Amino acid sequence: MKSVVNDFSIHVATVNGSGSQTANSVLLRAIFQMGIPVSGKNLFPSNIAGLPTWFTIRVSRDGYVARRKQSEILVVMNPETAADDIAAMPPGSVIILNEQIQVGSIPGDRIVYRVPMPKLMEAITTDVRLRRLVVNMIYVGVLAEKLGIHEDEIERALDAQLGRKPKALALNHAAVRAGWEYARTNLPKSDPFTLERMNANQGKILIEGNTAGALGAMFGGVTVVTWYPITPSSSLVESLIGYLEKHRRDAKSGEATYAVVQAEDEIAAIGMVLGAGWAGARAMTSTSGPGISLMAEFAGYGYYAEIPAVIWDIQRIGPSTGLPTRTSQADISFVHQLSHGDTRHPVLLPSSARDCYDFGMQAFDLAERLQAPVFVLSDLDLAMNLWTSEPFPYPDQPWDRGKVLSDEQLEKLPKFERYRDSDGDGIPYRTLPGTKDSKGTYFTRGSGHDEAARYTESPEVYQRVMERLARKMATARNLVPPPVITEDAGAKIGLIAFGSTHWAMVEARDQLRAAGLPSGYLLLKALPFNDDLKRFAKDYERLYVVEQNRDGQMADLVRLELGDLATRVRSVRHFDGMPIDARAVSEPILALEGKTAAKAAPVAEGAAR
Amino acid sequence: MSHQKKLSPGAPAPPANTNRVGLTRADYDGSKTTLCPGCGHNAITGGIIQAAFEAGLEPHRVAKLSGIGCSSKTPAYFLGRSHGFNAVHGRMPSIATGVHLANRELLLIGVSGDGDTASIGLGQFCHLVRRNVPVVYIVENNGVYGLTKGQFSATADVGSTMKSGQINDLMPIDLCAIAIELGCGFVARSFSGDQKQLRPLLKAAFAHRGTAVLDVISPCVTFADHEGSTKSYAAVKEHDSPLHEIDFVPYYEDIHVDYEPGTTREVQMPDGSHIVLKKLAQDYDPTSRDRASEVLHEARRESKLITGLLYVDEAKPPFTDELKLGPAALAKLPLERVRPERAVLDAIMEQLRTGKGIAAASGGG
Repeated sequence: MKSVVNDFSIHVATVNGSGSQTANSVLLRAIFQMGIPVSGKNLFPSNIAGLPTWFTIRVSRDGYVARRKQSEILVVMNPETAADDIAAMPPGSVIILNEQIQVGSIPGDRIVYRVPMPKLMEAITTDVRLRRLVVNMIYVGVLAEKLGIHEDEIERALDAQLGRKPKALALNHAAVRAGWEYARTNLPKSDPFTLERMNANQGKILIEGNTAGALGAMFGGVTVVTWYPITPSSSLVESLIGYLEKHRRDAKSGEATYAVVQAEDEIAAIGMVLGAGWAGARAMTSTSGPGISLMAEFAGYGYYAEIPAVIWDIQRIGPSTGLPTRTSQADISFVHQLSHGDTRHPVLLPSSARDCYDFGMQAFDLAERLQAPVFVLSDLDLAMNLWTSEPFPYPDQPWDRGKVLSDEQLEKLPKFERYRDSDGDGIPYRTLPGTKDSKGTYFTRGSGHDEAARYTESPEVYQRVMERLARKMATARNLVPPPVITEDAGAKIGLIAFGSTHWAMVEARDQLRAAGLPSGYLLLKALPFNDDLKRFAKDYERLYVVEQNRDGQMADLVRLELGDLATRVRSVRHFDGMPIDARAVSEPILALEGKTAAKAAPVAEGAAR
Repeated sequence: MSHQKKLSPGAPAPPANTNRVGLTRADYDGSKTTLCPGCGHNAITGGIIQAAFEAGLEPHRVAKLSGIGCSSKTPAYFLGRSHGFNAVHGRMPSIATGVHLANRELLLIGVSGDGDTASIGLGQFCHLVRRNVPVVYIVENNGVYGLTKGQFSATADVGSTMKSGQINDLMPIDLCAIAIELGCGFVARSFSGDQKQLRPLLKAAFAHRGTAVLDVISPCVTFADHEGSTKSYAAVKEHDSPLHEIDFVPYYEDIHVDYEPGTTREVQMPDGSHIVLKKLAQDYDPTSRDRASEVLHEARRESKLITGLLYVDEAKPPFTDELKLGPAALAKLPLERVRPERAVLDAIMEQLRTGKGIAAASGGG
């Protein structure tokens, strides 16, 4: 039996609320510490306790971090889903079974490790509730022993998680130990999967996109944060609150340099952001689809009255409530045009934790420069799963507060008109309430207004103002982050993607290359598009826009932008709520290109790849 | 009664027609009203201008806010030297909250209507009051939607009729009762036709530290001034029942009252100003929340319009205190106060590298 080194996935099936999060984090971090590229996908229900939940850990010596559909190792901890979970495992795979769980016969070509978990727990604690919570550590011990994770690494990872709770630490450690010992003594190694140290993670961090976004906001100088709790957005604000409490409050006086308000709903949340932005604060809110729908009216107000605001949309899937704990990229066209009557917004599209950090800062600069709401479109996969990243650099630029006139500047001006485009870039100058010079005073309204902010219903003036707003959007094309282009020599097809889809694209392009299909790749980082898109499109006979929604929303936006090149655009879509996997990209493209995939090696021969 | 101005020795006497900040009444004007002649709202606009002039407000320290409706147009008609924000329908409270968080140095004057506040904006109104955001919140209450031509609003009384004769069967929403229930520290009801009462109430509201709710009955001459409307000029005049006579003595004037001892009550404001209430038929204690609720219930039972300062509590901490904000406006903080230094980021990166000192991943499990 050839061993399969650092290239497999572990699928843990547990019950929500059973404490498996700690066990899975310890496992993931221990592998990370071994220098092996590793990623985790938490598949959880919209529920606090009792429903099935899964966690998949992928190790990939090639550095792939996208989800894989197929796992090689299954941990069975949930009786309710055990039969289906086991049925999904291919020949040659490993099943670690909590012996307490009754399952039917398992085919002989699956490797089964039966572990008497309740019995092992009996020796560790008499507390029944604790037994239930800590039992997950038994499979950590079993996996560590069977796969070759050094006990020191588990200890370090455990210590990082629970170091501040010595009692819990000891208990968890005992459970890991019990699993380890049991596996060593009673379960002879009969599977090919092993972990070997690498050096891929030197200096790197593990971080969720929402935490990264929060850090970006704090170092971007946010002063007003408003929110209404909603999955999968809440952890961005909660993490931000944690950091602000610690780093933006005077230790002696207790005075804060920020305000966080949990609003009564998302309408109030964006209203507060607009009020604060109008008065000169760096203000933001974070939400998900249903909240975005509620914010529509105010989003149009911000566009038309020209008020800076930063709005994060952590996308989940579905119309209405949909599947609140599943991922998608299905808000893109709605958010870009959020609100009635010819509204358009810049939208930033982070594809990595680092982007979340950068855009968390940059969104404020753009909002203040453009005097407009700026949306940051993340998604559940990026936001709530752990990602490996280089550490974030400290900002090397001061902030851009945009065209705000001070009293001193006003004094030198013969007159001030709030909406006059004196620079030709579509961006007027603004003053803040509190400005002493009465010349700078104006009345902000969402109704028709002229260059001097006076009420008007004049058709000419209305059209003129709207045309200027379109000019401002044209200016935005070259202010928002540009796309990143990478190209294979001899490629005839161009791929276009954005956001968390990127990680499946990286892997899919390797699969395409293996099948003899080189490609160019444009990773979009924002809307509106800049001219790079058209230039890229000209170089390829066919363009595949890959995205995680049903209707190919980005493909439509690309077609609109490309005009007579639009016929080159084809759409690849994935929309079941699970993070997109590389095969969901490469297979349809190969089919459309009339090629066949390089055959994926069966699991047991995996090492030969 | 009379007040004696406290003049600092040596200070030049201000010109006769200017206030203590050297402005004339005209400096508080706005653009010309576009509302119907005779509209109660215009009288309230005049009251705000006069009160702001008398109180010596500095226009640049004021921000005017409103929602949508006839009343919400009025901030364009007063204090033309102040920034203004005409928001979307019913959502002025959230805008006001944001403005206050960004710049707590501003005095916020919000004008709304009964449609804007009691229907579409009821939720935001309640939460503004609950948070005690410092806003002078004026409801110009006429019981109808004027700008959409005369539909009932949620403050229309049971039995009140539309111009077409249609009768309202639904219970009115009493915004003062709601504000009192939610712990608002300043709740008053007045009438656009009673400037003598309205002006001191406004000046007192300017001096209040939290949300001040002024529900001002303001007849709609076009859609609700007919017989059968309970908010017509005639009906209001007939049923108006003031709790007290009100005078406001600002902190910069000596309090000197000519009333007979025992006939007045005084409420001291945080800035040292005083509200002086002269007893009328009864001795009304505006610091009792229970009594305030009771009076409103009695008024409804007896079809009376109770006006005056219903409830006041100057001890209630404003929202900014709850948030422990420093004295400077957040909007004015320099970069170095809001961007933590490099060492902070480095330490956080180290935590994320080792996993030490960070909370476990969120989500289920």
